[in-house]
Amino acid sequence: MVIGVGNGWRGDDGAGLAVARRVRELAPAGVEVREVEGDATALVDAWSGAARVVVVDAAESGAPPGTVQRFDARSQPLPVRSLRSSTHAFGVSDAVELARALRRLPDRLDVYAIEGASFTAGERLSPAVERAVDELATALASARR
Amino acid sequence: MADREIITEVLARVEGEGAMDVRIRDGQVQDVQLRIYEPPRFFEAFLRGRRFTEVPDITARICGICPVAYQMSSIAAMEDVCGVGPLHEQIRALRRMLYCGEWVESHALHVFMLHAPDFLGYSSAFEMARDHPGVVESALQLKKAGNALMRVIGGREIHPINVRVGGFYRAPTRAELAPVVEELKVAREFALEAVAFTASLPTPDFEEDYVFLALSDPDVYAIEGGRLVSNTGLDLAPSQYDEHVVEEHVEHSTALHSRLRDGTRYLVGPLARYALNRERLSPVAREAADAAGLQDVCRNPFRSIVVRAVEILYALDEALRLIEAYEPPDPPGVEVLPHAGVGHGWTEAPRGMLWHRYEIDDDGTILDAKIVPPTSQNQGRIEESLHGFVQQHVELDDDELRLRCEQAVRSYDPCISCATHFLRLEIDRG
Repeated sequence: MVIGVGNGWRGDDGAGLAVARRVRELAPAGVEVREVEGDATALVDAWSGAARVVVVDAAESGAPPGTVQRFDARSQPLPVRSLRSSTHAFGVSDAVELARALRRLPDRLDVYAIEGASFTAGERLSPAVERAVDELATALASARR
Repeated sequence: MADREIITEVLARVEGEGAMDVRIRDGQVQDVQLRIYEPPRFFEAFLRGRRFTEVPDITARICGICPVAYQMSSIAAMEDVCGVGPLHEQIRALRRMLYCGEWVESHALHVFMLHAPDFLGYSSAFEMARDHPGVVESALQLKKAGNALMRVIGGREIHPINVRVGGFYRAPTRAELAPVVEELKVAREFALEAVAFTASLPTPDFEEDYVFLALSDPDVYAIEGGRLVSNTGLDLAPSQYDEHVVEEHVEHSTALHSRLRDGTRYLVGPLARYALNRERLSPVAREAADAAGLQDVCRNPFRSIVVRAVEILYALDEALRLIEAYEPPDPPGVEVLPHAGVGHGWTEAPRGMLWHRYEIDDDGTILDAKIVPPTSQNQGRIEESLHGFVQQHVELDDDELRLRCEQAVRSYDPCISCATHFLRLEIDRG
């Protein structure tokens, strides 16, 4: 299962959603794709029943735009500062810890964070982020063939 | 004690990004400011030049927590300007059901994930989840029920796509709503427990003399419309709002502050709705409120968590009532033709009254848009309230005072992402 997280109307915050949509186009049937906007607690339900889950979110860690980082969320907490999914104070890292406390983490959970350049209002992704989205989506889709 | 400075980098568990500054000199609170430093949202400008029919889809994007509120206020305003008469009873029922779903979701997030940890001494919901997994699980169940309602009626869970000026694109069938009924019934039991749970939380003894403003309807607990009333005698139609309420720019914030013409700061949201409309709650919700020890009016902002739980219960109960009487409207919406003029609309967002005003031309192009979200209305009143609260607790040490201030701010559930966007808290004691 691939879950994209973000806000498509705040520039590069939509990177995770863009990956989800791209994977949906590319991936073979059998890969479930979801998009989560708004409050990230929805993740805990979104991945229930799935054994292997990939979550893609935008990041704001100071790395060059388009940098993709991967975290194994089962082995350790996510670095809170680097993920920005939400303006909602309840982001992916919170959802992961909530699920850990409730023993509702999937068997395998990889979180990819795509470094964004701009999070101002608008629908467009920056070019570097656009490229990163394409590459990550292609890699995720082919990994499942 | 006279020379201390407290700086909190990020005030967590508040929607959006902002900061709070408290200035204390010789034990006297001199000033409390809620600063909002992200540039204002540009949605009002986005809307200019767009079609009048686009408002529900565009304004839904202002907030990931309360998109339905934005949709409902925007379409009410457009239906006003275009002269759409009363819509089919079942179209209105569907709108109210959808809105109930959003109330449940938004309140469950705030009550359990954002606010309850404060009362129990946890720094986050997941810390609380380790010791109180049942509480957090029931919150997730509640949210799931709200989601289900939003998904069936709105087309998807967040940012519903089925809402349009004049009604819906498609009305769900009774069969589609049937599975939701079971979820709502289970959730209603959780909500009853939630009211008791919130009532058991230790709350600071603190009361405020609020001017409350909320929509009111003679027949139901107002959500998707009504007249704006107050405990001071106001009784307004949507078009009269800006005659009575002024918005002012204050230097420390990029959100506009609202006040009544005479300068009074007022409060919208759950406490206001409950104070003004308690009689219209369903029997089960009223009984739960009584059992929780809520009086007719609740003036303690920290007890707003109980009121939110009562509203969760009400919204679930109300959705069940509406579903029981539901027959799919055919057609699911009416064709709306543009009509040049100015229209106004308001509804009760989970955080309080949300007012929209649009001017459109004969082609249906939007010439002007104005959106007044609940948080910008409450901001001035929150500052006033904090002023008193900090004064009352000024002897606390810095860390304790900071925690109490955070809890106080969160009791107002400010959604700063709507009004503009983390909250930082700074206490300066000279």
